[in-house]
Amino acid sequence: MLPALFPYKLLPYGFRRKYRPQRFIPKQKDLKSSYDVVIIGGGGHALACAYYLARDHGITNVCVLEKGYLAGGNTARNTAIIRSNYLTPEGVKFYEQSLNLYRDLSQAFDFNILYSERGHFTLAHTDAAVRTSRWRAEVNKQLGVDSELIFPDEIHRLCPHLNMSDKVRYPILGALYHPPGSIARHDAVAWGYARGATAMGAEVHQQTPVTGIIIENGTVKGVETPRGKVYANKVMQAVAGSTSVVAKMAGFRLPIRTIPLQACVSVPLKPFLDQIIVSGSLHVYVSQSSRGELVMGGSTDPYGLYSTRSTLDFKEGLLGHMLELLPMLGEVKILRQWAGMADMTPDFSPVMGLTPVKNYYIDSGWGTWGFKATPVCGMTMAHTIANDEPHDLIKPFYLDRFVEYAQVGEKGAASVGH
Amino acid sequence: MKIMNCPLNGPRNISEFAWGGEVKPMPDPASLDDRAWGDWLFLENNEAGVVREWWCHVPTSFWFIAERNTVTDEILKTYPASELFKERVNFAPSAKSPQAEKK
Repeated sequence: MLPALFPYKLLPYGFRRKYRPQRFIPKQKDLKSSYDVVIIGGGGHALACAYYLARDHGITNVCVLEKGYLAGGNTARNTAIIRSNYLTPEGVKFYEQSLNLYRDLSQAFDFNILYSERGHFTLAHTDAAVRTSRWRAEVNKQLGVDSELIFPDEIHRLCPHLNMSDKVRYPILGALYHPPGSIARHDAVAWGYARGATAMGAEVHQQTPVTGIIIENGTVKGVETPRGKVYANKVMQAVAGSTSVVAKMAGFRLPIRTIPLQACVSVPLKPFLDQIIVSGSLHVYVSQSSRGELVMGGSTDPYGLYSTRSTLDFKEGLLGHMLELLPMLGEVKILRQWAGMADMTPDFSPVMGLTPVKNYYIDSGWGTWGFKATPVCGMTMAHTIANDEPHDLIKPFYLDRFVEYAQVGEKGAASVGH
Repeated sequence: MKIMNCPLNGPRNISEFAWGGEVKPMPDPASLDDRAWGDWLFLENNEAGVVREWWCHVPTSFWFIAERNTVTDEILKTYPASELFKERVNFAPSAKSPQAEKK
């Protein structure tokens, strides 16, 4: 058979009713004038919330309003690492729940999110960092999370590519090893939630920015969009990066600064790096994706900005440290670069739950750790919206903790040196 | 490398500077309750647009004011803090404050 004729063999399937192509997400309908719940933002957290509202609480008259396209913000811009080896008991419990939900997501969606357990190393380059690693390991073990402090011999055995020399600026003295640390395909997570939520009745409206929030007597009544007013009993915002801008429409301020977080990937290489390598002191994290690209991220930019531009300074800083850890990458080229706008809080913990406006809920302050929280955020925010009461797991992350001096100092956040 | 114009040292690489956050009037610590103090300390306007901020040239420890656009990443203007603060700020605890009572 001529190769050129081959495509025509598929043609008959196109005419058979049985093989009709199926839309992943239903075609966008007209915006209704009111819903039970309106969710501002169409990223992973928002879609997960719509999904769990329908699945766990039977609330299906839900509308997700997205300014751009589905999951095009920080859901598309993270480095897809999932782990639960945080420092504070509040953080550990929260993320352990998230990890457990992630493990079953492909099954729940009937859609492969390419969840891949790799083992996660947080390298320690100073005595202080070794101490914090021990502290984290013990907190983790106490809460049933698989986590251990290991030393250079063991690190070299598990990950022979790492440069264990002591003739470098920051020699590796130890590592917090977290075997369940994983990566997943971030787009698939958001799409899976979107498909699940819309199949149960929720609506997703893209290219529909919220331009105002309707509040009467301290209670939210709905939102304004260029497509008209949308009334709702309850409204949630999950718009990492633009959090303060949307909250300003609702009339309150937050302990959040918007700071870009940049990342990049290398050209695809043959699989060689199984593990996820993180160094808080060197501001480096790296893992190899299922496509073979090395996904690399660093610390947030040195100053706040509402922009997703990339800078050479960042690449120079990140790759200098990368080469210290993995010197054989010296000739490897960068393929893509990007940035996301991160919500940074003073204590590196999120701001979630109720707000000063009645029936208006917030999911924000995700800083450098939002992707890995997607399932548990959706689940706990759905609970919070349905019951008008914060879920137990997110109670420590309430907004007023800053004026009540009850911050949750999370040194286990990505790229925090110790 | 992005260049910032330091009022003391002239144009320097942005990596020499530290970001100090928005300029906001400090309330009187003596007459403030804890909630209002936390509000001033932690809550941010986090404006998308032109902002007025504290910046520091780290090698010379020189603090000054910069006006920049947080959407376009443009530095519009830098000037010494003395242009904004004409009088010396008095940080000494007043007679009524809790610090003064302890003494």
